Amino acid sequence: MVSVSMTVNGKAVSAKIDPRTLLVQFLRENLLLTGTHVGCDTSQCGACVVHVDGLAVKSCTTLAVACDGSTVTTIEGLAHDGALHPMQEAFREHHGLQCGFCTPGMIMTAVDLVNRKGHTLDEHTIREELEGNICRCTGYHNIVKSVAAGAQAMAGHK
Amino acid sequence: MSATGIGAPVRRKEDFRFITGKGQYTDDINRPGQTYAAFLRSPHAHATIKKIDLSAARASEGVLAILTGDDLAADKVGGLICGWMIHSKDGSPMKAGAHPALAQGKVRYVGDHIAVVVAETLAQARDAVEKIHVDYEVLAPVVALDQATKSGAPVIHDVAPNNQVYDWHLGDKAAADGAFAKAHHVTKIDLVNNRLIPNAMEPRAAIGDYDSGNDAFTLYTTSQNPHVARLVLSAFIGIAPEHKLRVIAPDVGGGFGSKIFIYAEETVCVWAAKKVGRPVKWTGDRTEAFLADAHGRDHVTHAEMALDEKGKILGLRVKTKANLGAYLSTFSSCVPTYLYAPLLSGQYNIPAIYVEVEGIYTNTAPVDAYRGAGRPEATFVIERIVEIAARELGQDPAEFRRKNFVTSFPHQTPVIMAYDTGDYGASLDKALELADYKNFQKRKKESAKNGLLRGIGFSAYIEACGIAPSAAVGSLGAGVGLWESAEVRVNPVGTVEVLTGSHSHGQGHETTFAQLVSDRLGISIDQVAIVHGDTDKVQFGMGTYGSRSGAVGMSAISKALDKVVAKAKKVAAYALEASEGDIEFKDGRFSVAGTDKSLAFGEVALQAYIAHKFSGQELEPGLKEGAFYDPTNFTFPSGVHICELEIDPDTGVTTIERWTAVDDFGNIINPMIVEGQVHGGIAQGVGQALYEGAHYDANGQLVTASYMDYCMPRADDLPSFVIDTTLTPCPSNPLGIKGCGEAGAIAAPPAVINAITDALGHEDIAMPASPQAVWRAAQKSVHKLAAE
Ligand code: FES
Ligand code: FES
Repeated sequence: MVSVSMTVNGKAVSAKIDPRTLLVQFLRENLLLTGTHVGCDTSQCGACVVHVDGLAVKSCTTLAVACDGSTVTTIEGLAHDGALHPMQEAFREHHGLQCGFCTPGMIMTAVDLVNRKGHTLDEHTIREELEGNICRCTGYHNIVKSVAAGAQAMAGHK
Repeated sequence: MSATGIGAPVRRKEDFRFITGKGQYTDDINRPGQTYAAFLRSPHAHATIKKIDLSAARASEGVLAILTGDDLAADKVGGLICGWMIHSKDGSPMKAGAHPALAQGKVRYVGDHIAVVVAETLAQARDAVEKIHVDYEVLAPVVALDQATKSGAPVIHDVAPNNQVYDWHLGDKAAADGAFAKAHHVTKIDLVNNRLIPNAMEPRAAIGDYDSGNDAFTLYTTSQNPHVARLVLSAFIGIAPEHKLRVIAPDVGGGFGSKIFIYAEETVCVWAAKKVGRPVKWTGDRTEAFLADAHGRDHVTHAEMALDEKGKILGLRVKTKANLGAYLSTFSSCVPTYLYAPLLSGQYNIPAIYVEVEGIYTNTAPVDAYRGAGRPEATFVIERIVEIAARELGQDPAEFRRKNFVTSFPHQTPVIMAYDTGDYGASLDKALELADYKNFQKRKKESAKNGLLRGIGFSAYIEACGIAPSAAVGSLGAGVGLWESAEVRVNPVGTVEVLTGSHSHGQGHETTFAQLVSDRLGISIDQVAIVHGDTDKVQFGMGTYGSRSGAVGMSAISKALDKVVAKAKKVAAYALEASEGDIEFKDGRFSVAGTDKSLAFGEVALQAYIAHKFSGQELEPGLKEGAFYDPTNFTFPSGVHICELEIDPDTGVTTIERWTAVDDFGNIINPMIVEGQVHGGIAQGVGQALYEGAHYDANGQLVTASYMDYCMPRADDLPSFVIDTTLTPCPSNPLGIKGCGEAGAIAAPPAVINAITDALGHEDIAMPASPQAVWRAAQKSVHKLAAE
């Protein structure tokens, strides 16, 4: 067992864990933050994307101990003071989800994309950038629309 | 149309929990004292089990129990079942081999279940699985469909000595042969419908929980139809009688058919919970999903079409070999038979059809319904052969189709179906317009200037949804009825709970079903809750598959709502001191005709519960009504999809430039949700055509068992889609709904392949048309062009 401490969604947490514990297991099992999902075992689907120190990472391929001292944001930490994040709102407005399983990872990836590439994103860029996230339900059409609209809306948000 | 009523693009009520990470999928649920299950799966495609040595595994840390097929047998736990009986041509019943949840003496595919380890943690369970030692006698596997029934092939199940499950047929052979005898032209094709792996993003999962105080079980599971799961686990597998088994299917992350079936894992978890005395949880990983979720499609087909000198279709003969895998999954037998052959008339007037289907065992994962289930396979046959026939006759593929369209309704095909309504020409016209078909040749020339091959492909599909009526499907061999149930509970304050036997795993029922209630009762959708997925709450239901929830599930709700309004009118009559015949109900108010006396829906609900204005002899208090709805016919959505694409002959990369879809789904409750269903369906259909294909090697090893090897369509593989509708309301249900869930997956594959073959100028391409396959095929085209 090793001890690990990090800040998750603004709260300081620490625990003693098996060193092989993945970040996603730590979030889901230790912290009961089950919004972060596991959709594959080869780091391909992106259902598990969270932000570590402001960058999108696949939490299924990250050891929890590697995040010792880091700041982690999960889908549960995106909304503030009861107000949805503009990217969450955009997914709802543009029907960017069906079963909802890929959605937390998609939204976290999309927010990271806007952080990196700005608020005006063309369809081609969005499609290329979503390469690491698989959705089986939506055919991506409405996800692309949601991300474009969410990116715009984030311009007025801080 | 009210803001939240029928026809409004209402934003989904369920989304808030999903976008905030508060969805409750099976793996998100944890029961006190929970233990973890891991399965030992067969590494061989075909082997007898000589001995299983559990000693090292039993001694492994944290292990609570290890169970095998012998334990199942000792507890008299029944095998998994196939719920649709098919009879062969000679009248003999299909040959269903036993399907124990844990292998008994033999394994039949890679991934087949041998033993389960239950341990304190998942890691401990997995560690112990590795310590189980099995002594196998490896047998030669049957992998290739065309080898499976040859004499001397290894036998998978003793009951089927030549690996043939059934040899079935439909239609009139003599009539079809007659059509070919007088044909002016015959078009022939050989097709492979590639095997797919459904890949709902949420892997399957199950938690079995046993309450010894009440001798009662609860199963949490990723199911599209929890009542059917309970019925099968009770009546056939024998876990517990239905009143002692509660099945809960909470939020489910996609299904596409793969979560209809009753699998080994949930059976084992619920059974093991009692043996271990603690809850047992299993969550599949993606590799397990690839290996052991039921796969889809996998047909090899030869088809022939007879035509007269003008290009009118005279007849169709189809011969299909369908791979059913190593065991018959829950509904597998009906997919290549009754869900396939009756759709082979397509949108066309075909006087004579004869279809033969062989169902075949192989040492591969079981094959069952996957989005469209039989109908994509039928559409691929008919839309490919029609396209090729038009090309062979030198006719425009759109006009060739139009000439052969069914134009008067009802239309009885030679293969069971009676199409009730449709206007195929209207969808074609609209699609041609939206796709700018008239300027296609111009665009093709432009592409050629850039060294690119441009092609256009049509798919005029029909599907049959909402399989019904129950008596008819029963006569065809179904083991269940295909009605749906609903209960509408009005609370004293006028809010409403609707209990439905349908299940939502992405379809948005919490919104669309509430829209129906809002429309009928004149209340906001915020005052309506949809309850589903729990056998303790909803009495019974058949679940969600085959695009049946709108046409069948909502019709049941509609019927229950009619009863609620009728009862509420009686209550209102007492409360308003008027005669019942004078009560009018409109926009959520009950009023006395010709007066200004009225009560809101909520006020009448309260009157029903306080019962101060009428006696119990006159009227029962309360406001709650239920209905079972059994449709009179299938519904027949149809449409035209047009795919336009470009091929780079140097790289083989295919780029879809334009996708046009015009569908007739009958009446639409929520156009936003319907469009989403179409998008997702097209993506899966394009996936089949361009990217996806399950591949077993000669030893029966699945070599496409991860996202590194099985190509899922990603955002940058697809275009945005142009989508529109035409409308002929369905006459066989009260809402006029036809269903939309599978349309895209049915329509898309032939549209893509017709476009590729159009671009290449020859027909020689198989699915998935990967860049490598297209590059090879394009070389031929380039040579051909050079020669011309
Ligand atoms: S779970 Fe699939 S990428 Fe992390
Ligand atoms: S919404 Fe179901 S996987 Fe994306």
